[in-house]
Amino acid sequence: MTATIELKVNGQNHHLDVDPDAPLLLILRNNLGLKAAKFGCGLEQCGACKILVDGQAVPSCATPLSAVANADITTLEGLGTPANLHPLQRAFLAEQAAQCGYCTAGLIITAKALLDKNLQPSRAEICEALDAHICRCGTHNRIICAIQRAASEMAR
Amino acid sequence: MSIDPLIRFSTDGHVTLMIAHVEIGQGILTAVAQIAADELDINFTRILVERADTERTPTASYTSGSNSIQIIGSAFRQAAADARHLLLAKAAAALQAPVESLRLTDGTITDGEKETTYWALQGDQLFGETELGVGQPKSSEEYTLVGQPIPRLDLPAKIAGTPSFVHDLCLPDMVHGRVIRPPTYASTLESIDENTAASLPGVIAVVRDGSFLGVLAEREEQAEKAAEALRQNARWHVQPLPAYESLYTDLLAKTSQDFLVVDGVPQDGPVPPIETPANAVQTLEATYRKPYHMHAALGPAAAAALWQDEHLNVWSHTQGVYPLRGSLASALDLDDNQVRVQHLEGPGCYGHNGADDVALDAALLARARPGRPVLLKWSRADEHGWEAYGSAMLVKTQASLDEHGQICDWNHDAWSYTHSSRPRPMAGASNLLAARYREKPLPPPTPKPGKGSHGGIHRNADPLYAFARRRVVKHFVPDSPLHTSALRGLGAVGNVFAIESFMDELATAIKADPIEFRLRHLDDPRARAVIEAAAQEANWRSGRRGNGQGRGQGLGFAQYKNAKCYVAVVFDVEVDTASGQIHLTNTAIAGDAGQIINPDGLANQLEGGVLQAASWTLKEQVHYGPDGVTSRDWDTYPVLRFAEIPPVSVKLLDQPGAPSLGSGEATQGPTPAAIANAVFDAVGVRLREMPFTPERVKAALTQPQ
Ligand code: FES
Ligand code: FES
Repeated sequence: MTATIELKVNGQNHHLDVDPDAPLLLILRNNLGLKAAKFGCGLEQCGACKILVDGQAVPSCATPLSAVANADITTLEGLGTPANLHPLQRAFLAEQAAQCGYCTAGLIITAKALLDKNLQPSRAEICEALDAHICRCGTHNRIICAIQRAASEMAR
Repeated sequence: MSIDPLIRFSTDGHVTLMIAHVEIGQGILTAVAQIAADELDINFTRILVERADTERTPTASYTSGSNSIQIIGSAFRQAAADARHLLLAKAAAALQAPVESLRLTDGTITDGEKETTYWALQGDQLFGETELGVGQPKSSEEYTLVGQPIPRLDLPAKIAGTPSFVHDLCLPDMVHGRVIRPPTYASTLESIDENTAASLPGVIAVVRDGSFLGVLAEREEQAEKAAEALRQNARWHVQPLPAYESLYTDLLAKTSQDFLVVDGVPQDGPVPPIETPANAVQTLEATYRKPYHMHAALGPAAAAALWQDEHLNVWSHTQGVYPLRGSLASALDLDDNQVRVQHLEGPGCYGHNGADDVALDAALLARARPGRPVLLKWSRADEHGWEAYGSAMLVKTQASLDEHGQICDWNHDAWSYTHSSRPRPMAGASNLLAARYREKPLPPPTPKPGKGSHGGIHRNADPLYAFARRRVVKHFVPDSPLHTSALRGLGAVGNVFAIESFMDELATAIKADPIEFRLRHLDDPRARAVIEAAAQEANWRSGRRGNGQGRGQGLGFAQYKNAKCYVAVVFDVEVDTASGQIHLTNTAIAGDAGQIINPDGLANQLEGGVLQAASWTLKEQVHYGPDGVTSRDWDTYPVLRFAEIPPVSVKLLDQPGAPSLGSGEATQGPTPAAIANAVFDAVGVRLREMPFTPERVKAALTQPQ
């Protein structure tokens, strides 16, 4: 029941011998060791597992591997590294926009997709973009501030 | 006594803190590091933190009850002060200079000519037995790190997405587990065709032990598929749950154990009846209800376990590695020294959720394949359906006002189930979930009423206000239909919701401003100060309430456990009378947590707590029916989303030199009351049952109040 699947993640090509029905999230985490995207619900309800597929923020928990075989996939690890953080990551740090940090990776991915389209989002536009995300720790306002901070930094 | 269990120096210029309390998103590691670095006079970057581990860090109980900063903050402060004192004495000997002549900067000690360092003097030596308290901790004016908004130590990794959680653990040869739970607590497994799952690709073992059912597979997606096959296949003898609709009538109808609560402490002996005093000119009564709430961590519980050579190694996001070790050992009939529990972080837990239970699940699966580490993650449905909920609660209040508009009699009767079933080692019983399902079951112990000051049900039942007379009664009901335990705030949520709503009702009865009315009954200057600060922060509109024409403002106040952080919260709301929707338009919080260790961390905690409690208040309730809990995902258990979050401002009142007070749970009670009071102000109706759903708002608007 396995098949060879080609996957392009963070600019690198991978040939994987796996179940094509397997959720992309599990392959990213377990085969490629990319642990930033998190399992939250597996039901496309919480946003913890978001990644970029051809520039769109999508939940990876319910996306079967076969659906993204030819796509360009970016995870949080592909946006920035600890030594060279993405402006969104720098802004999240500057605002200390996390408590437990379990929601963070998914939020930064969605924020990246938003800022790619709209470099000056209003509070309402940010909230709309984050509608499919849950932060159980109540860090929402800091997250919104971090996205606004990154937007103004990136606009410079 | 020794410094060594807490603080270790190393030759390379680092100091490692052995912190047995755990990071749960509250920033405790950073706060303790600030305290220690300040006392040691070293740069913050020299501090390393070692996580809780039963083989490395000192014995400690749970990280709970907003106690951490008080307990370990002072332990580390004293140990660091002692270390500094001893090292200065060593330096004096080494440099042959009087201690008074020495200057200490970032671990380098000089007499003006010669110098040495902590690292040269202590290297990685232990201190051995030392006298506790030889060093004098600094006074608050001398702090340079305490009180500063130092960024959290743990956030860079989380924001970069590098592995930070138990869920991210990757051990050599690791396999993946899943568990399959019965429909309801008391259901039993009648039959299961294990072969349907056992023959699936990658499946290593189907583990059945009585009604405990789990599966191990090489890969996670294989474990998922096998678990689904087992779920389809399992036949359960279902013991139905009672109907949700009778939640509060059942709670009142059941036999309760009743205690008069005096100064926050339950008393044995008869409970006096309510007696209205002779000088009462007006008497009001009301009943407030709070349903079961979930912790609902964003990531379902997970644990890893390895069974090898009669030893069990567990990696867990428990709030207490030692209590979990003891509980696992007693549930598995092992000695404590056969079990090691290492802490790794999890998603925010907000109290006792499934973190400990999943550890026993993982241990049972690991025992089926010795030598192979097992990573077990619960599903979303497992997490929603099997965590220990915050208990439902019903509070009846009755109070009388005298001719001067002062409260001359106050009565508070609180009914609830247990708020505390954290696992502890015990004989013949276990609070770890899987234990009750095994072939040789260990049933959960019968819940007992807590007798401590501000324990579960009676937490914050005794108001901080000065009343001429008060009668506060705890009604402990042992047999909850749902599994319950500590959820952020415990009984304070229902009690403060009732007290602070009722204070508003009383103020309204005599057409008084609710803040002015509270202050009339409040002597504690710090309590008064937070209320005034919140009012100022929120631009409080004085005067009587209830005629806001759709817009309203309300306040809630409490000092957590009457001993910890003081919090006042003001909500501004708009109520859409056609839809029944409550919009939170603004929030102001004022908090006094004594001497502030980290203002940014404190503000983050207070705001997060308010928003979580606002979500409970507007949206959350655990639904169940005969076939089990029906709130099994984020659609059936909705929470506040980004667009529904109000802007929040936080005002902190620092108390330099005063003890630091735990703050993690202080906002949970004032928040629901503040929202209820704001809704009353907006549309003139009282909401006394959480959650304040649009249907409830509309129903209240059409009912005579
Ligand atoms: S885990 Fe994918 S949306 Fe929740
Ligand atoms: S910071 Fe914990 S869920 Fe968002």
